[in-house]
Amino acid sequence: MNGTVDGPLDPRTGRPGDDEAYARGGPLDFDQRPNDSVAQRPLDDPGLPAHEHRRADIDPSAERRAERQVSGLFGLSALATIAFVVAYFAIDADDEIVGVGAQNAALGLTLGVALFCIGAAAIHWAKKLMPDVELVQERHPMRSPPEERAAVVEVFNAGAAGSGFGRRTMIRNTMLGSLGLLGLPAVVILADLGPLPGSAPSETMWKAGERVVSDVTMRPLRAADIPVGTLINAMPAGFEQLEHEGPARINSRATDPVIVVRMAPAEIRSQQGDNWDYSGILCFSKICTHIGCPINLYERRTHHLLCPCHQSTFDLADAARVIFGPAARHLPQLPLDVDDEGYLIARAGFQEAVGPSFWERGT
Amino acid sequence: MVRRLSRAPLEAAAAGADQPRTGRRHPLAAFAVMCVGLVACGLGYAAVAPSQDAQASTEASLAVEEGRELFQVGCSSCHGLNGEGGQAGQTIAGPPLIGVGAAAVDFQVGTGRMPLAQQAAQAPDKPVVYNDAEIDQLAAYVASLGPGPAIPTEEQYAYTDGDAAEGGELFRTNCASCHNFAGQGGALTDAKYAPPIVDTDPKYIVEAMLTGPQSMPVFSDSTLTVEDKQAVINYIKTLEASPDTGGAGIGRIGPVSEGLWGWILGMGSLVGVAVWIGAKSR
Repeated sequence: MNGTVDGPLDPRTGRPGDDEAYARGGPLDFDQRPNDSVAQRPLDDPGLPAHEHRRADIDPSAERRAERQVSGLFGLSALATIAFVVAYFAIDADDEIVGVGAQNAALGLTLGVALFCIGAAAIHWAKKLMPDVELVQERHPMRSPPEERAAVVEVFNAGAAGSGFGRRTMIRNTMLGSLGLLGLPAVVILADLGPLPGSAPSETMWKAGERVVSDVTMRPLRAADIPVGTLINAMPAGFEQLEHEGPARINSRATDPVIVVRMAPAEIRSQQGDNWDYSGILCFSKICTHIGCPINLYERRTHHLLCPCHQSTFDLADAARVIFGPAARHLPQLPLDVDDEGYLIARAGFQEAVGPSFWERGT
Repeated sequence: MVRRLSRAPLEAAAAGADQPRTGRRHPLAAFAVMCVGLVACGLGYAAVAPSQDAQASTEASLAVEEGRELFQVGCSSCHGLNGEGGQAGQTIAGPPLIGVGAAAVDFQVGTGRMPLAQQAAQAPDKPVVYNDAEIDQLAAYVASLGPGPAIPTEEQYAYTDGDAAEGGELFRTNCASCHNFAGQGGALTDAKYAPPIVDTDPKYIVEAMLTGPQSMPVFSDSTLTVEDKQAVINYIKTLEASPDTGGAGIGRIGPVSEGLWGWILGMGSLVGVAVWIGAKSR
């Protein structure tokens, strides 16, 4: 570790340079260019801190220990590589250890240890034993020399004169016109993205007399069959008649899902309209008013409905009021009734747009 | 039969009044009438007496009685001496058990959720305290308090009959938001959680759907039929059986989330190594 350089290298020669020049902290003037852009430095460059020798540089036993550690890491890597080969042949492919394929785990572990130890040994070697003096290599200036800059300007002017861009005005004008017209196709195509949706985002399939059917099974729901505490994910009965995988069906899936819950009538503190429940059976849009996730994480005892996306929480016993989270509006309620056969129907459609805000909604 | 018996002597008397007497009565006539009457009474009693049912109802009322004793020792401190529910200060110590049914008892006690170890947001499942006979007695007692869902029969949760594909659809629509799409469970509000439902006895899955334990809503047989429930359970059992390859499963949260974890852990350790590389050696 003795005999290493003690000062910075001269960037031009690669040899140890003049310490004083660097300690002075003056402008780097090896291209002899006048330094007129930077004013006089307000502070002197403090230079590099004094070099501190490492333990291994001054203590031979520490040096030997570091040497042993480095070669120990290399040796560990070698052992792990051998273990990899052994594991490949010795472990049966079907064996398992804590639910994981034993052979895969062993191969990954041994190869990982082998590679890591090589890297760790190299780093340890460099940090403990290789020269650790501070070396400074100045980067060359960003600005090109004046003669190179002049040459580039000359080449550009020669090209411009040769093309006749300033002189041949017909070519210039037709070129500018053709390039300008290229904007037109983009305008035409973008204009065709319309027309504006109008009132469609505010409309759902729910209307007076529409039967409430259980989602997936599409069975109508008899009010008498719904016990207190029930949660039902439901759809309008008309959903089933929509063309399979057609756009109307997909739109209906996005706007029409509702949840039906039943609580004891005494537990209902408020509703969005007078007697919109049917004997404690309440129906709300399932689409979160924040950004439209379907919600059915319902806690029976607290009557809280929690959106799993951003934790908006609605109190279904209190007109689906927002009690937590980023949603700004309550979930719209659907007024319920029963038909002659005792099945749940909507008394009317939704009185406001379901789901998240959109431009035309206004609020 | 009783009515007919009671009317017969009247008819006989009426007939006798119309006919003229034809000689003396036989000395054994009274005895014979007595014998006929006794036999008729005996047969009549045998016909209307609830012999088998009487024994069964005696056993049932015995179970109810034993269940009541168990209840008063183990449950009444929270649920009230007669299952009417109890208060602990402002909060509910135990909800009323009138009308929760035998299924609720079999679920709560059979999975070890009840008796509670302590009042907390969630009643976790833990080692079962009562044996099967005691659970049946407790269930019989609570069922006697008011009508509620009965313990489901084996046919009700014979899930192999269920349509796993439709069950998957039902599961994702009704169950997945709380219990996770792979049945691994998930968080609710205020330290409550939905437990994982893989590796759960089908009977307890059905009972949970029927009774709605803790925060869970009720999915009764009238809204989610027995066949639907079988389909859902078959889907859950299909999930259990499907392999979860590639090291730690971390709840089947999916390749993107798993990759994110790998990225965070991998980047974390790389940052650690970079710090070690850059640290000044002494």
